[in-house]
Amino acid sequence: MFASRHVVRRVALRQTRRWAHTQPKLQSVTADDVAHFSKILPATSILSTLPPLSTAASELSPFNNDWMNKYHGNSTTVLRPRTTQEVSEIVKHCNERGIGIVPQGGNTGLVGGSVPIQDELVLSLGNMNKVRSFDPVSGILVADAGCILESLSEYLAPHRHIVPLDLGAKGSCQIGGNVSTNAGGLRLLRYGSLHGSVLGLEVVLPDGTILDQLTTLRKDNTGYDLKQLFIGAEGTLGIVTGVSILAAPAPQSTNNVVLALPKFDNVLPLFVEAKKQLSEILSAFEFFDREVYELAVKHGQGRALNEEDIEGAECFVLVETSGGKREHDEEKLNGLLESLMESETPLINTGVLSQSPSQFASLWAIREGLTEAVSKEGKAYKYDISVPLAKFKEVVDATRERLRSKGLLHADAVKHVVGYGHVGDGNLHLNVVAANYTPEIEAALEPFVYELVASYRGSISAEHGIGAMKTHALHYSKGDVSIEWMRRIKTLFDPRGIMNPGKVLE
Amino acid sequence: MRPSAARLLNILVPVKRTIDYAVKIRVNPDQKGVDLNNPFDEIAVEEAVRLREKLKDQVKSIKVVTIGPPKSIDTLRTALAMGADSGVHVEIPDSAPSPEPLGIAKALRAVIERQKEGVDLVILGKQAIDDDSSQTGQMLAGLLDWPQATFASKLVVDAAKKEANVTREIDGGLEELKCRLPLIVTTDLRLNEPRYASLPNIMKAKKKPIEKLSASDLGVDLTPRVETLKVTEPPKRVGGGKVENVDELIAKLKEAGITAVKA
Ligand SMILES: Cc1cc2nc3c(=O)[nH]c(=O)nc-3n(C[C@H](O)[C@H](O)[C@H](O)COP(=O)(O)OP(=O)(O)OC[C@H]3O[C@@H](n4cnc5c(N)ncnc54)[C@H](O)[C@@H]3O)c2cc1C
Repeated sequence: MFASRHVVRRVALRQTRRWAHTQPKLQSVTADDVAHFSKILPATSILSTLPPLSTAASELSPFNNDWMNKYHGNSTTVLRPRTTQEVSEIVKHCNERGIGIVPQGGNTGLVGGSVPIQDELVLSLGNMNKVRSFDPVSGILVADAGCILESLSEYLAPHRHIVPLDLGAKGSCQIGGNVSTNAGGLRLLRYGSLHGSVLGLEVVLPDGTILDQLTTLRKDNTGYDLKQLFIGAEGTLGIVTGVSILAAPAPQSTNNVVLALPKFDNVLPLFVEAKKQLSEILSAFEFFDREVYELAVKHGQGRALNEEDIEGAECFVLVETSGGKREHDEEKLNGLLESLMESETPLINTGVLSQSPSQFASLWAIREGLTEAVSKEGKAYKYDISVPLAKFKEVVDATRERLRSKGLLHADAVKHVVGYGHVGDGNLHLNVVAANYTPEIEAALEPFVYELVASYRGSISAEHGIGAMKTHALHYSKGDVSIEWMRRIKTLFDPRGIMNPGKVLE
Repeated sequence: MRPSAARLLNILVPVKRTIDYAVKIRVNPDQKGVDLNNPFDEIAVEEAVRLREKLKDQVKSIKVVTIGPPKSIDTLRTALAMGADSGVHVEIPDSAPSPEPLGIAKALRAVIERQKEGVDLVILGKQAIDDDSSQTGQMLAGLLDWPQATFASKLVVDAAKKEANVTREIDGGLEELKCRLPLIVTTDLRLNEPRYASLPNIMKAKKKPIEKLSASDLGVDLTPRVETLKVTEPPKRVGGGKVENVDELIAKLKEAGITAVKA
């Protein structure tokens, strides 16, 4: 199965040479710069350890350290503008001075993209948190980039609409951050990617110019669709300040069920069956293995299933339905469950069906709590990959074996190798939970995992992005020509290289 | 020792389908009023099932009963899926006003009197989350002249002695009661955490018997006696605002007509 591996390696070597290039030299923020920012922003919008403000470094630490506490920056200054105009003036100044900027949303990114590598300025969007407009007829929502995803859901609820995107970090992540990482999440199966549902963006370009593409049109074929470039750009091309997005009508009825499977091989046929029988009401199909389920229970994420329901289960699948009519949806779901239970060669051992809104939330809490459970258990190496569905288990097993063969699979090194993810989207979250981040573990995992993914022609980043974590591995998923053109685009927008330096491209 | 037939327990669990318009569900995207099973009743069903798991054959039957419109049958099915053996549905028309605690208590008494083997233990929710009356259990105990232990957070039953120890949560501590059966127990939140209904049990529940009765079968009148004058929502909270500094705060307070009081 690794036949193509050395091919990959040869390509890799050739590429590293071509990649050697020099970053433009960037400047540190000085007291003079802070004085300049004080003319643009009110005092409450500036945190800086530099005089005259001399903010305590501890106040900046939430902005300098990432969610996993894996990536650490040394920024002296954090700015929190409230308007697009303020953002524009800050960026213009930084461009003139050659100061690196890290745009920061909720700082929940999982690839080290949202914190400085050195002492770049952090531009936090948290103060830009107003809904600009909502049209209940078309469902088009226009909001500041700093709006927290969950507060947008709450805003839309009385209008009977939902954001077409949902993820475990919803309470902290911002719509601008979601757009900038092209976040996938739990509703992608149903509502598609942000490349489809984002209708327009307002972006402050690296020279301070405001690019207003905040249209509220469903259709607009007038030349190049520039906004697409910023979706998933991870803050390397400009700062997203406003988002126009197509909200979906809220479903009138939702159900969920967690199914326990005797073996991984059954996931695929189960997915086929679920799609066939549930068709348009299938809204999520999420997979998690037994080991990560146990971690979720251990760390109190959602209410555990009964003992007899998990007996003999190798993995679990959460199926959600959303539709317009309760009776209709329940009939379909019950039909599926009955056929699964009564089949001669059952794909599932058993399962539990939520009976109340609190149980519905509780079942989701298990799935949504996996990321958090993993990080409570230890230090996580996270690989967010796209591989053919049938290879999910193979990837997890091969990684575990690799660590075992290196003598790293024990309580003081790697404690768990687990897999979960969005089956519906072919997206596996391979998580290696270690006692500590160490060079030995990293060397055992990389480039091993990336080569493994490349051997299946998969993607080394399905939805979390490249950030600082995977710049060196980009070539496993993108060819020379693609990378060359990405680089040209970056230089075109940001000739001085001030926007999120060291992220996405080396 | 094999307990004699007379010492086997028959448990009755009344359940109610409630509609909670205020419920806000974190994940459920529709976020609107939903029909639910009263959570305290789910705890009551769970406790009955746990008693059987503990006492095994000494629990002879667990019967659930609901008094409500046709849709209430879903509530019974859920309870049956959790492990109850059979159900009674006292059906009232969709158009009928919802009955009051006294009417319900009388209907429950009539149901209990119809049980040939009698009932030894009635476990009910301490209140329903729609009307919050918290009266049914107490009224039923009064009508039957049985002992009652309300707001239970722990229940230990000795079937052989026909006794139960009940721990109640009261202000500032716990109270332990020893009661003789037959007994009425109402459940508090901390009594247990109800299980999920598993697929095999949901399938089995479809085949469990549900007896359908009407108020007139029971000889009770469910017409409400209390007239509701008015229902109002609590006043809307107006959002707060942030101020940049103390001066601004003082200016805002003055604006709002609040002035300092000289000592
Ligand atoms: C518990 C948990 C669950 C998660 N689940 C999922 C999931 O299911 N699917 C998924 O795709 N991801 C998931 N993620 C990761 C995901 O990428 C982020 O949660 C989210 O999309 C990032 O939003 P944020 O506002 O926190 O951005 P940040 O973390 O602050 O930033 C992420 C990147 O975007 C850039 N950026 C942020 N805001 C802007 C802006 N306004 N303009 C330009 N650039 C900007 C940053 O520079 C950085 O490169 C999860 C994370 C956690 C912690």
